[in-house]
Amino acid sequence: MKTFAGSLSVLILAGALSAACSSAPVKSQGPAPVVARPTSPAPMSVTLPASSLTEDQRIIHVLNRLGYGPRPGDLERVKRIGLAAYVERQLDPARIPDDRVEAAVQAFPALTMSVPELLQSYPEPDPKLLARIQSGEMSQQEMRQMAPLERRPARISAELQAAKLTRVVLSERQLQEVMVDFWFNHFNVDARKGAVKWMISDYERTAIRPHALGKFRDLLLATSRHPAMLFYLDNWMSTKADLVVRAGPQRGRQMGLNENYAREIMELHTLGVDGGYTQKDVIDVARAFSGWSIEKPREQGTFVFRSPAHDQGEKHILGHGLLAGGGEQDGLRVIDILSKHPSTARFIAAKLARRFVSDDPSPALVERAAKTFRDTDGDIRKVMVTIIASPEFFSQEAYRAKIKTPLEIVASSVRALDGELAPPGGPGAQQPGGGFALAQQVGKLGEPLYQQQPPTGYPDVAEAWVNTGALLNRMNFALGLTANRVQGVRVDLVRTVGSADRRRPERVLDVLLGSVLQGQATAQTRSVLAAQLDNPEITRATTDDRGPANTDVEKLAALVLGSPEFQRR
Amino acid sequence: MSCCTRRSFMKAGALTLLGMGSVPRFLVRTAYAQGTAARPKILIAVFQRGAVDGLSMVVPHGDPSYYASRGSIAVARPIAGSAETTVDLDGFFGLHPSLAPLRPLWDERRLAIVHACGSPDTTRSHFDAQDYMESGTPGVKSTQDGWLARGLGAAPAGAASPFRAVAMGSQLPRALRGDVGAVAMGTVADFDVKQDMGRTGGGGVNARRGFESLYEQGVQDILHGTGRETFDAVKMLKSANPQRFHPENGAQYPRGKLGESFKQIAQLIKADVGLEVAFADMGGWDTHANQGNEKGQLAQRLTEFSQSLAALYQDLGDRMADVVVLTMSEFGRTVRENGNRGTDHGHATAMLVLGGAVKGGRMVGRWPGLAREQLYEGRDLAVTTDFRHLFAEVAVRHLGVPPTAPLFPGFSTNPAKYPGVLV
Repeated sequence: MKTFAGSLSVLILAGALSAACSSAPVKSQGPAPVVARPTSPAPMSVTLPASSLTEDQRIIHVLNRLGYGPRPGDLERVKRIGLAAYVERQLDPARIPDDRVEAAVQAFPALTMSVPELLQSYPEPDPKLLARIQSGEMSQQEMRQMAPLERRPARISAELQAAKLTRVVLSERQLQEVMVDFWFNHFNVDARKGAVKWMISDYERTAIRPHALGKFRDLLLATSRHPAMLFYLDNWMSTKADLVVRAGPQRGRQMGLNENYAREIMELHTLGVDGGYTQKDVIDVARAFSGWSIEKPREQGTFVFRSPAHDQGEKHILGHGLLAGGGEQDGLRVIDILSKHPSTARFIAAKLARRFVSDDPSPALVERAAKTFRDTDGDIRKVMVTIIASPEFFSQEAYRAKIKTPLEIVASSVRALDGELAPPGGPGAQQPGGGFALAQQVGKLGEPLYQQQPPTGYPDVAEAWVNTGALLNRMNFALGLTANRVQGVRVDLVRTVGSADRRRPERVLDVLLGSVLQGQATAQTRSVLAAQLDNPEITRATTDDRGPANTDVEKLAALVLGSPEFQRR
Repeated sequence: MSCCTRRSFMKAGALTLLGMGSVPRFLVRTAYAQGTAARPKILIAVFQRGAVDGLSMVVPHGDPSYYASRGSIAVARPIAGSAETTVDLDGFFGLHPSLAPLRPLWDERRLAIVHACGSPDTTRSHFDAQDYMESGTPGVKSTQDGWLARGLGAAPAGAASPFRAVAMGSQLPRALRGDVGAVAMGTVADFDVKQDMGRTGGGGVNARRGFESLYEQGVQDILHGTGRETFDAVKMLKSANPQRFHPENGAQYPRGKLGESFKQIAQLIKADVGLEVAFADMGGWDTHANQGNEKGQLAQRLTEFSQSLAALYQDLGDRMADVVVLTMSEFGRTVRENGNRGTDHGHATAMLVLGGAVKGGRMVGRWPGLAREQLYEGRDLAVTTDFRHLFAEVAVRHLGVPPTAPLFPGFSTNPAKYPGVLV
């Protein structure tokens, strides 16, 4: 979809809000609530349950579920340190050195800037300039000079996408990356909605990432106050009912409550749609959050509490009374009420179990995870231990039961073939590099990253990802990847196949099945692929540089990546 | 493993009924081609994303407030014989001069226009409003499926074609998400395993055959079921070979995404692949600055839009008897011109319905007026036709969806409320 050119109504509204709330916005009453900085927790001891899976299967399962699939050699590495020790380390990402990724993401300056810095460094091109481009008055060349692509706002999400793919492919902190993806999706915002594009990288870095394995309350609070969320779910323009703009071009305009965020924080972020709230709760939560706003969304973009816009009356939320005059504290009370609510424990536990165990997790497992959530005041790491160290997690039913999402299929394919990603390059680093090319593939497969419009985020069940057309795209991605046609991404199949004799196609096949599927292909798939070896189109008798009767390793590797087994994790 | 949705049951059923593996399903499906089955009715839905200015697209030149509210961007009053002024339709409304290619359709009574149409929801967010229009549930975000998917699900079962619903583009639009197995297709040519992706040193390579065998046999799960369906679809498309159809009757599709989409939709229709609902979209309507009047930014978009529609109509010729095209946009734009010679997000807009079954050559719906006191929230064209009544009429009267089907959950519509574009 096209990005919408400078949305003036937003500018006007921002002005209206400031005018409505007196010229100088009133800052927080009393000290601003501080989101606890996550401290490195004590190392966690994990005891894994007995399981009917083989040792290899258990390791593969963990690599697929707590990460984006095994790379060559991972199985052996985990064997050496022991599976329980590996899981413990993954739960404690701060202690895992990750220099390679830290160095690689240095290439993306937008990733570390604050929202005001981003607004300054990536300004929206003048709408008049855009109109001249659209009308064909200006050549592409002129346009690139006047408004270089690498300085446009869209560059921010491009870098964020590229960095995400770099991380999921290369990071040693695999569980951390899975959790960041999970929570971003849970607290989804869409880069294409208005000013969110300048706020989204900061949102992931400051609101999601630090708390991905921390306390749920901190996560909820950090997202609730972040301008990306305030803008995306419209809370920034929510005021007490019938507030009349006193000055400016919108003088006389009536403002009022916007229920968007109030509804979604309960329906999607905490209680769940059947979590026991009513429309009255929605209204009072909206009243509690009224005045939680953004200072000049397109110039400064920082949180501001506008006291004159806040509804100071008393509120009743889920059986709790909030006294009149609560001010900014009202919203914080709501965060507390929601994060302690038993429906939240159940809702989050079920969603995590769905992500990590199966599309339809057992109620018993969900209840145990919810109990951990309640007993630990929403300690996500401890909930994860309950889920991972469960017989359900290591059950036959759960093994390879999840269909990979587009992100997972792309990441796991590149990891399986130990692919390398080129850094951004070209003049002004115009080419955003291999990570970006991979992100575009993820988009083509149906999961454009940071661009999911509905606040529900992307679904996490098989039906959503398996459809006619989608599988074709996966197969074409596999063919493109193995043939090194994805720009900025290099796989070295010669290295993958190693010393296997290319004139013995069945040897090559076994090596590929070993490195991509860790030898876990079904007999069915093995025999179908073996039958392909009799096909002269795969084992061509052409006279190319590799001599006669060479196996087409690229094609064969693509078939393995496109196999039903590899679509599962 | 979650294998047992309604759709996968239906898939399994269809496979059994059709004697999986013996008769390729595409042979059964191409029964249309031999004229043994009635051709299905086809709906082509076109989304103008970004909120088209309905007041420039279909100009209420007879409303005195129109020219009072708009200075530089007003489209000039009709002057007979002029190609640069509003094309008068009925003495009150007229087409933007860029829509002149649609005038013949109006004269043939194949084009009806529903003005002041839109959503009752107050949102002025593109994203939310598009979502509401496609889910068909304004104000409710939790709706999982789209209105077109629900409609097709409730329509009398056509052939079990994988191409009953096709969206042009890499993403399945919200309107087609649901239980009908809609296909999202970048281009017809792309809908295949890319034979040339491998290093073809000279020997023809066939990766498709390899992939197909991987999904051919084995367990009856969603992956294998869909895999088989995918290759059936690929084969069906290969055998139907839509690309052999070239634009007919002198139709010339303009350059651009919408023209390309229509050209391929026409190919799918002519190839009789069992298409019932097609979806295409076009952006660039969010004209906050320098919108233009008879000429300019919006005029250029409207030219591409109308030329694409006219080419489709011409290309399909007699087949238009079975086709209805419905255009939509998430909302309209402010009645007043803003400070940047553009318009901001508004409320109601105009929607076009064209095709053989359309009772056209007329404006449909009540005109609310543009005087200040007649405007929605004092600034926007008011909605007098809820878009759901229009969509329901097309779904029921054209696609044959039962009037009682839950097309729009929580919303009551029935033939008495239809705007009457098809009868």
